[in-house]
Amino acid sequence: MAMMERLSRPMLDIRDLSFRYPSGEGCLVVRNWQVKGGEAVALVGPSGAGKTTLLKLIAGIVEAHQGDIGFDGAKVRELSAEARRAWRLRRLGVVFQDFALLDYLTVAENLMLPQALADGVKDGHVERARSLAERLEVARYWDRPSAALSQGERQRVAIARALVHEPALVLADEPTASLDANRKQTAAKLMLDDARSRGAVLIMVTHDPELLPLFDRVVQLEELAA
Amino acid sequence: MKLIGAFMLAWRYVARHRVQSLLLAGALGIVMALPLMVRVVVTAVQEQMRARAISTPLVAGPAGSATDLFLTALHFRRAGEAVLPVKVCETIRDTGLAAAIPLNLRFQAQGAPIVGTELDYFDFRGLKLAEGKMLTRLGDCVLGANLAKARGLHAGGAIFSSPEQVFDLAGVYPLKMRVVGVLQPTGSPDDEAVFVDLKTTWLIQGIAHGHDDLAKPEQAGTVLAKEAGNVVGSAAVRMFAEVTEKNEESFHFHGDEDSFPIHAVILLPVDAKSEALLVGRYQKAKDLQVIRPVDVLEMLLSALFRVEKVVVAALAVVAAAAVLVAVLVFGLSFRLRQREFRTLAEIGVSKGTLLLAKVIEVSLVGGISIALALAGRQFAVAMAASLISRGLGN
Repeated sequence: MAMMERLSRPMLDIRDLSFRYPSGEGCLVVRNWQVKGGEAVALVGPSGAGKTTLLKLIAGIVEAHQGDIGFDGAKVRELSAEARRAWRLRRLGVVFQDFALLDYLTVAENLMLPQALADGVKDGHVERARSLAERLEVARYWDRPSAALSQGERQRVAIARALVHEPALVLADEPTASLDANRKQTAAKLMLDDARSRGAVLIMVTHDPELLPLFDRVVQLEELAA
Repeated sequence: MKLIGAFMLAWRYVARHRVQSLLLAGALGIVMALPLMVRVVVTAVQEQMRARAISTPLVAGPAGSATDLFLTALHFRRAGEAVLPVKVCETIRDTGLAAAIPLNLRFQAQGAPIVGTELDYFDFRGLKLAEGKMLTRLGDCVLGANLAKARGLHAGGAIFSSPEQVFDLAGVYPLKMRVVGVLQPTGSPDDEAVFVDLKTTWLIQGIAHGHDDLAKPEQAGTVLAKEAGNVVGSAAVRMFAEVTEKNEESFHFHGDEDSFPIHAVILLPVDAKSEALLVGRYQKAKDLQVIRPVDVLEMLLSALFRVEKVVVAALAVVAAAAVLVAVLVFGLSFRLRQREFRTLAEIGVSKGTLLLAKVIEVSLVGGISIALALAGRQFAVAMAASLISRGLGN
């Protein structure tokens, strides 16, 4: 029932959002943008246009100067800084452009880091982490420090980490940039299938035209300002 | 859960950078350990010295430094040139005020002090045999527990006295001494000493000696002359460097036995009044002094305490500097890891959890350094015991 409700209404709801860059050069504006549960959106646009900034605004990592960001009924901008962190830790899965893995942790520890720091690692988390790692072909590095992995391997671990705790919102910033053609498809499909099957929202920044047909919607960043 | 997660982060960081963490913890541990070690050693040495001093009511010795006499008589520091005639013992005994135990402390056996004394010394110090028997004849020795263990010696073995000067032909020759017993450990300088009869020290010194009996007909070839009751032997006469059952009878003393040297006399007064009388009697003596070891010790300790205070103060300053350096090291480390902490914040880790992880990380390194400091303290305890039994005199 909850799943059906998610799929039928906008989970992410952004209105009149504006963010001025600290450098004073330009302003990112999103007039009105909604994404339904289970919907996968590719966010495209030229480099430097503000795609990464928009993901960070949605995640509450940076604060907008005005406007509303609503997700599943909660107003992100109205949450305190600590509440936003707690919300990210439990409900968001983020694939960062620089992967954001901790070099001194093993692959397994990196995969379950959000759970370890939130409510504790449960058996289900371990099983899901291992399953994702196997599908992304990084399971054999399970106990290896992430510092010992190649760029592509690190990126796949970062993708798996963003999905382990079954987040309601997945934000991925060029998550396939370091992957070869085959693995690009595998990783993207995995993220799409996972989000759709759970009724989660997936917003992926990508420059890869081969991946765009996989998405429910392709959004040019400039369109959001109109 | 936050605590477990924070601990996991901190532990994994420390474990991953274990060499750097151990170096930092080691440096901090050493600066924390040093004042502790100084305190432990000084306290242990003070306690042991005080106990030995309290158990030794009075000591008589040649006029001179009271401190030297204290260290010689109680801690077996090698005696100086000044001596007393052994007759002093008899003189004191004749007063009826105290028992007297003579000590001759001039010689050493391979670095260990040779204590020439009488059997009363063993009763006075409560020394018991762990193996073998007590001194029965000239040339016998009984070893302290640590010395015997260190040299691997047992009853039935032998130990040589050390020559005083290798190139002095007229000097002291090594005497092969028979080990007849080994004492039980006491945790005092007695554990490191070679105990012999007083006469054996005179034998080492050359005042007594043993050689072929020139009166025997088979030694006629070694006699150079007979004049006025004296027999003059040639260089072919064999001098004995060891006392055995066969040659024991040939050992004899030359000179007036009352004048033979000793370096100290432990006095055991009959009562407090006798003690006061003895001290008063020898207060103005020119060639002899009587000291109360406790008084000398308190004087020494007051000087030692002043030195210790300065040392501990200096070490405290070093420790404070080390702590400041550690704060700087952690500060710089956390600054260099800003990106990592930003990553954790972006994932959603709370400020509290991040702070907790940092505190745990510092605590882990601090904990290791405290463990190292405590290990250093334990080492100091063992070192103090060894220092005490070796004695302060050598």
